[in-house]
Amino acid sequence: MPKMILAVIEQREGKIKKSALEVASTAAKLASTYGCGVAAVVPAASVEGIEALANCGVGKITVLSDAGFANYSTSGYAKAVVDFAKNAGADTLIFSGTALGKDLAPAVAAGLDAAIVTDAISLEDNGGDIVAVRPVFAGKALQKVVARSANKVFTLRPNVFPVVESPVTASVETVAVAGADLTTTATEIKKAGGKLDVAEANIIVSGGRGLKESGNFHMVEELAEVLGAAVGASRAVVDAGWRPHGEQVGQTGKTVTPSLYIACGISGAIQHLAGMASSKYIVAINKDKDAPIFNVADYGIVGDVFEILPALKEELKKVM
Amino acid sequence: MKIAVCVSNVPDTATKIKIAAGGKEIDKAGVTFIVNPYDEFAIEEAVRTKEKFGGETVVISVGDDSNKEIMRKALAMGIDSGVLLKTSGALDSNGVATLLADEIKSGGYDIVFMGKQSVDYDSSVTGQLTAAKAGFNCVTVCVSLSIDNGAITAEREIEGGREVIKSALPAVITAQKGLNDPRYPNLKGIMDAKRKPLAEKPVSAPAPLVEVVEMSLPAPKAAGRIVGTDASAVPELVRLLREEAKVI
Repeated sequence: MPKMILAVIEQREGKIKKSALEVASTAAKLASTYGCGVAAVVPAASVEGIEALANCGVGKITVLSDAGFANYSTSGYAKAVVDFAKNAGADTLIFSGTALGKDLAPAVAAGLDAAIVTDAISLEDNGGDIVAVRPVFAGKALQKVVARSANKVFTLRPNVFPVVESPVTASVETVAVAGADLTTTATEIKKAGGKLDVAEANIIVSGGRGLKESGNFHMVEELAEVLGAAVGASRAVVDAGWRPHGEQVGQTGKTVTPSLYIACGISGAIQHLAGMASSKYIVAINKDKDAPIFNVADYGIVGDVFEILPALKEELKKVM
Repeated sequence: MKIAVCVSNVPDTATKIKIAAGGKEIDKAGVTFIVNPYDEFAIEEAVRTKEKFGGETVVISVGDDSNKEIMRKALAMGIDSGVLLKTSGALDSNGVATLLADEIKSGGYDIVFMGKQSVDYDSSVTGQLTAAKAGFNCVTVCVSLSIDNGAITAEREIEGGREVIKSALPAVITAQKGLNDPRYPNLKGIMDAKRKPLAEKPVSAPAPLVEVVEMSLPAPKAAGRIVGTDASAVPELVRLLREEAKVI
């Protein structure tokens, strides 16, 4: 049974991430299940919009502040969170499984001698224990696990846990971190043209070999633009050098769970399906009716991507 | 420079997973094991780091005799020698990290490479846990790395771009695809690998901190609908997405 739950909140450029609201909502829900305390902690140089956490049910918010925390610092954030958790008596810590959370959570777990369970898609009580479900083998199987140690750290798969409105009064305290350890620190962020990332997108339009050559990928990009979607890619086209690896969806790329995944000219190798099959809705456009992608698709068009993508773009323009 | 690379053997990514009797682990019968794909970038980076700075490279793996095959692959790619930390007990990431950290501390390593995650249990925590237990710095999900006089400048992949990280040796670096282009072992490398030293050390891991209660296959998806076979199906598809799925 948890004694005190701590939501570890991610900010980027001083703004709270949506995935952090998922963390706050989940922490508040667990605290209400167990009747235990809950608090949020935000390592930052400065941060705005923090009241949003209270709106998700976590009112007690502490900003762990240091000028060096404007960018992410593995060593600095980890030590600050570990020290805070020890002082506050927090034994159950929840992070989002973002790039930052995946890096930070195990470092914090080590500092607290905690068991760590990553990439949870569900956290439920069973007789006082938090039982986590997590996809393994890139989603080809599911594991139900229980952390067996006094302290526990969980990371949540982004875009899976709901953001729940449950307003409480906010009490925000800013604490200067004494002797922040900036040994391992980000000094700069290089944005990839400000493009939406597949890991964070609500809609993804993905392209594969069926597009025939990299020069045809603009059809996928244009469709994505109309939908406000991120562009994804199969491993085959990433390995062929058509697209950057950051766009690769699948077992050696990113695992994604958008509301809508549109697969264009992707046959659906087992490694690709593993990375996207848990999307809420899947559309497949492929000329081969026997392509495995149709086994996971909610809606399919068996036809020529070169004919269908432009038509789909024009049709969507009318309604978006 | 003393350089380690840690490798893990995982089912081939084309494997169709089956659950073993008992419902807590996969059925390994007929499964082909390969070196974890991300570890190949780690091996390549270890070899390149030695090419640049000189020193010694060692491949370390935790497991049983079946790990020797993937360790030989690392040796064939140019790693000098291997240490198999031999254990037959139950292992979780904490156990693996504890064993790796002990070996790394006692071995006097400067830098340790491993894949950013192994594509079996996908936890992606072993790098940070090993670093913390060994008292090393850690940079994860690296797509670019340079080392100058003990100072590290690395780039790691984040949502929508990369962040540039400054750190220092000794460090654990976890490799993401894109860090380099792993070489294929050539025939000479494969022949040499057979003669390179591969030591075995019996070890025992701490009891797992994470208990697996159950393992299962995801529920199969209900059959989808083929909306049409040409562009005339597009309006109906858009209608379904708006009115039935309500996702646009």
